Amino acid sequence: MSVQTAAPDQTKPVRPVRDGIGLGLAVGISGVAFGAAAVSSGLTAWQASALSLLAFTGASQFALAGVIAGGGSLLAGTAGAILLGSRNTLYGLRLASVLRPSGPGRLLAALGVIDETTAITLAQADRPAGRKAFAATFCALYLTWNLATLAGALGAGRIGSPQSFGIDVVGPAAFLALIYPRLRAGRTERAVALAAVAIALGLTPVLPTGVPIILASVAALGGALATPPATGEAA
Amino acid sequence: MTGTWIAVLATAAGCYAFKLAGLTVPARLLARPRVRRFAELVPVALLAALAATQSATSGHAIDLDPARLAGMGAAIAALALRAPFLVVIVVAAVTAAGLRAAGVS
Repeated sequence: MSVQTAAPDQTKPVRPVRDGIGLGLAVGISGVAFGAAAVSSGLTAWQASALSLLAFTGASQFALAGVIAGGGSLLAGTAGAILLGSRNTLYGLRLASVLRPSGPGRLLAALGVIDETTAITLAQADRPAGRKAFAATFCALYLTWNLATLAGALGAGRIGSPQSFGIDVVGPAAFLALIYPRLRAGRTERAVALAAVAIALGLTPVLPTGVPIILASVAALGGALATPPATGEAA
Repeated sequence: MTGTWIAVLATAAGCYAFKLAGLTVPARLLARPRVRRFAELVPVALLAALAATQSATSGHAIDLDPARLAGMGAAIAALALRAPFLVVIVVAAVTAAGLRAAGVS
């Protein structure tokens, strides 16, 4: 993606460590909402923490808690939550070339493959910065998310809802900010993003939560088939 | 209770396996130009879709929450003004929080 070097004069570069830690802290705080939701769904604080420690992917965690709250089938709830996690496989495809992990490092890095770490890693100009950004965001978000989950499960949610602090806007604003340079740089990227938004919003009313996001990857498939592949070293 | 633990641990195992699978795909496969182009475009598609659904839906319904949308609008304005990343997300959160404190919801 050498064409993207045209962007720096138009947008501020995303700093790998400082911005990664900032994003991790800001998004991690919403773990309070998960901890509170999990406990009111009937999970114990231990079970809420086990999900945050081991699954560590917010959408899947909320999905399982939601099914348990609704008294739904545990089997279906588990299957749905795991299905939601499949988008992390697609992120891994892209992150593999930046992180190039091997051995035990790969087992640890895998735990950190989520929306936020992917977004900030791919906003970096080169591989070393990408690896730093991944590590910083993963550490900050993992610690904050887990502490916040425990706090929420133990009742910290009563202090005030994350919404009253605008925390619900942090995720979408961060995702937009991190893909913004790509949207500016490439016509295909803009078309893919618009198609993905249309697919996700159009299907949200009719499909189970999270499935429209996964189907938005069809837009990327269309983009990949419709344009000649780029050559050169990927960041 | 035991059933819930099984669901929790199975969810954790399944989510982890999906994460690991992406990092384990052979480099040979990723070297193919079309596969690589797909892998490059997928995060753009998924993150755009997430930004849209998280700002304009709740549950299964389109939900145009004024404070949330104003926060996203402020983020876009900050991006257009070339604000640094952390400023963009702080501006978004403060805008939404301020409007909610003022009674907009």
